[in-house]
Amino acid sequence: MTQTRDPHTVNSQIPVGLWVPAVAALGLILLPVIGLIVRAPWPRFVELVTSESARAALELSLRTAAISTLLCVVLGGPLAVVLARGSLPGLRLLRSVVLLPLVLPPVVGGLALLYLLGISGFAGYALDVAFGVRLPFTTTAVVLAQTFVAMPFLVVALEGALRTAGQRYEAVAASLGAPPWTVFRRITVPLVLPGLGSGMVLSFARCLGEFGATIAFAGSLQGVTRTLPLEVYLQREVDVDGAIALSLVLVIVAILVIAVARPRSVEGVG
Amino acid sequence: MSPGLDIELVVRRGSFELDATVQVGQGEVLAVLGRNGSGKSTLLAAIAGQLRPDTGRIVLGGRVLTDTARRVLLPPHRRRIGLLAQEPLLFPHLSVLDNVAFGPRVSGSRRQQARAAALRHLTDVDAVEFAQRRPAQLSGGQAQRIALARALASDPELLLLDEPLSAVDVELAPALRSLLQSVLQDRLAVVVTHQVIDALMLADRVVVLDGGRVVEQGPTREVLTRPRSAFAARLAGLNLVSGTATEDGLRADDGRELTGMTESTVPGARAVAVFPPAAVAVYTDPPKGSPRNVISGRAAALEPNGTLVRVRGEAGLAADITPVAAVELGLHTGAAVWFVVKAAEVAIYPTHVFPEQSDWTTGGRPDRPATGALPAANADG
Repeated sequence: MTQTRDPHTVNSQIPVGLWVPAVAALGLILLPVIGLIVRAPWPRFVELVTSESARAALELSLRTAAISTLLCVVLGGPLAVVLARGSLPGLRLLRSVVLLPLVLPPVVGGLALLYLLGISGFAGYALDVAFGVRLPFTTTAVVLAQTFVAMPFLVVALEGALRTAGQRYEAVAASLGAPPWTVFRRITVPLVLPGLGSGMVLSFARCLGEFGATIAFAGSLQGVTRTLPLEVYLQREVDVDGAIALSLVLVIVAILVIAVARPRSVEGVG
Repeated sequence: MSPGLDIELVVRRGSFELDATVQVGQGEVLAVLGRNGSGKSTLLAAIAGQLRPDTGRIVLGGRVLTDTARRVLLPPHRRRIGLLAQEPLLFPHLSVLDNVAFGPRVSGSRRQQARAAALRHLTDVDAVEFAQRRPAQLSGGQAQRIALARALASDPELLLLDEPLSAVDVELAPALRSLLQSVLQDRLAVVVTHQVIDALMLADRVVVLDGGRVVEQGPTREVLTRPRSAFAARLAGLNLVSGTATEDGLRADDGRELTGMTESTVPGARAVAVFPPAAVAVYTDPPKGSPRNVISGRAAALEPNGTLVRVRGEAGLAADITPVAAVELGLHTGAAVWFVVKAAEVAIYPTHVFPEQSDWTTGGRPDRPATGALPAANADG
């Protein structure tokens, strides 16, 4: 939705006192990125971001973030439907539980995952005994950690879209003879597609930037669990130029994500 | 079991209780009238299967849709009941054609068949030229036509219309009303409406709900020409006074005596006196001579009513006089007025069915809820 502004319209006045902190806030967001660009080792940029470790990290990051986002949709999508449409007692409590990964420090989330699915955790022990599967310090662990932290973004965006869409179209579809699953497929899903899209973009971005939960639960093994943020952190110790170059790659990917998908909830339109 | 619709239900919601028994015969259209909060929407929701009554049974064409005693509650998609609400609610992501084809599609038709059926139904409502459009590209009236075609395309046994014309532009409503009239011919339908013209044009029979109870039901013409409830009288634009029948008239509940043409009333039994506002003469001085029906009070409001001026008395009665007469009388709000109505204009008949009928009431503005506490939404028809 784009608003065309009529130059004759007099907008309500913004108090002058708000401009200063507003500009400061914008500066706080923008200036560090500009600093990064200014400080970037441009002559060596291509060489730095195509090094073997950098390429492995980038590839791993994109792969795990994509799988995690998909997991968020497959698991979080139905959860959003239950939260938005269900009438169970305790649904409000459930809604707050979903927000937990959003407010929890990611490292704590990673530790929690480790003590559930690690060898000493009860679920991890059971998995090991029953199937010989050990999750920690594998790529699967990276995906789980990312899904854990990104899930609320998808659920919240989708639940909001479902509430906005309301149930009246669904009632009409049912009156036309459509059973619940058909209504869901042909009416509910298409109506919330924009909300789903913005939820996916936000989740993907969150997955890509994941650091704390990943390092706690999956560690940092090149090509297996060392995602781009982990690589940046590691490089910072040995080669600052390399860290900055990789950071810029993350900035570019983030900008691309926002520009291509333009998450509606971020623009305040959704 | 009748081939029509049989409803008998009780729904409690907090302090509100809907307790209604309603029958609709085969091929009949029933209008449900009542102010906001009278239980109309609850009744519709129960029929559509969106609401489980506390107790009750709903049978459509011999099929039990709801039966609380036997724990039957058929889901909405298996009821074969079409809905047409105030808003068209066309699915925004589908073309007009696919909206109308939705019903046939989900009931198993192939795409081509469903689209062919949709085109036929679009032709029936004179909207075939919009087939390829998106709902967002339609006007309200066009969209409502298409919503009707969509409801009909699913071949419903019963059509529920919830104030289908109240969101349509005033200029477009008559054409749509005529369309509904021809579509509803020989169809089983329930129409909720605030407008007397909808009831007259569309419905064979009328049910008046008030506070969750059926206060009046009968053939449309009968109910609207000889109302027995305050609400039906208001809807029909008639003055209604309820009280007790006397030898040659009626003693109103506030003690006033009215003389009129009594029709099979029994002295001492409950009755209503009904007369049109146009039969009421207005004086600003006590009338000379000894006319029999004089009601004094103050002019509570003066409102334009077509080419006439409606004078509302304090007691809720109304008189229609010409603007010239209003000016000559020097009428203003709060002026002392005497309403005079000839005995020959007052019809007095029993209210046998509903003895609890209340106060003095008046015609006009049937689309307004009578009490201020009710939600104003949709009230304007």
